[in-house]
Amino acid sequence: MTPVRVSIVGVLASVLLILVVLELVRGRRLKERYALLWLATGVVLLVLSAWRGGLNTIAGWVGITSYPPAVLFAVATLFILLVLLHYSTVISKLTDENVELAQRIALLEERVGRPPTGPR
Amino acid sequence: MTGLRTVAVVPAFDESGAIGRVVGEIRAAQPGIDVVVVDDASTDDTAAVAEALGATVLRLPFNVGIGGAVQTGFRYALEEGYERAVRLDGDGQHDAAEIGRLLGPLERGEADLVIGSRFVDGGGSYRPPFGRRLGIRVFARLVSLLGGQRVTDTTSGFIALDRAGIELFAREYPHDYPEVEATLVALRSGLRLSQVQVEMRERETGASSITFVRSLYYIVKVLLALLVASLRRYPRLEGARR
Repeated sequence: MTPVRVSIVGVLASVLLILVVLELVRGRRLKERYALLWLATGVVLLVLSAWRGGLNTIAGWVGITSYPPAVLFAVATLFILLVLLHYSTVISKLTDENVELAQRIALLEERVGRPPTGPR
Repeated sequence: MTGLRTVAVVPAFDESGAIGRVVGEIRAAQPGIDVVVVDDASTDDTAAVAEALGATVLRLPFNVGIGGAVQTGFRYALEEGYERAVRLDGDGQHDAAEIGRLLGPLERGEADLVIGSRFVDGGGSYRPPFGRRLGIRVFARLVSLLGGQRVTDTTSGFIALDRAGIELFAREYPHDYPEVEATLVALRSGLRLSQVQVEMRERETGASSITFVRSLYYIVKVLLALLVASLRRYPRLEGARR
């Protein structure tokens, strides 16, 4: 069975994560689009932390018998991997768009005439 | 020489020592074709040297790598309506005197993409170090297998394109270490490919961009690119006969 204190810490940590993400979105420092995966992470961890019976059941399904909170770690790790993978796709897209912009600038500058002077 | 408009695309990064001669040799060998130097954010006066010799210079605002630079040139060719494009490196390793032979199969309507190969019939004096020779051969075999046509040199940067080839590469060209993957993309898109034996010269100034650590990345990156390129679908282009 999950120790009560682990559940309490789990709930507090996931609530904190959710609040921080909401605040970042509110202050326009994080776009909704990139907040969604983090919020999903927070909500899933919150549910698994608060719903002690559920955590035990899931632990039983995946064969974790000695220490059910290990499921929390596993789920948190999985979500972090998802977020990172998502960012890798975002970076790839930005890279492509960035190169395309550089190419457009080079072509436009040539068409317009001289490139502006200044530090290159 | 037919009256088709042709452009020479020359990517250059910090090649002020060689670019002047490269541009001069192209002009001397092929007075009828325009020269476009793509300056990949050089820190020296590559752009100024090329411009002084009458080349059109496309200046990238920051370094995008050889593939992105070359593609800039192909996009220029596409937008300016050129019918033919030749690509040679800015370091002088490709001999401008051979441009005519490279354009030959295009003029005869036999190909959309002509690769200046160093190993067409096992001939040629180019003798790279063992490791590189092995790599070149393995990539060639792999591309031949996946692309369904025998290719002898997929790492050559000396190529010529007709309008269909320009259209393809303006749209689709890998950004780093592009040549091998681009060859496969061309084959899978249905471009007709032909190969012409060329000589490579030793570089005279500057340093090759290929070091040991990078060659490891190069091999893995290209293998991955080939794998996914053969899993992707490419719209079949009809060889342009215009």
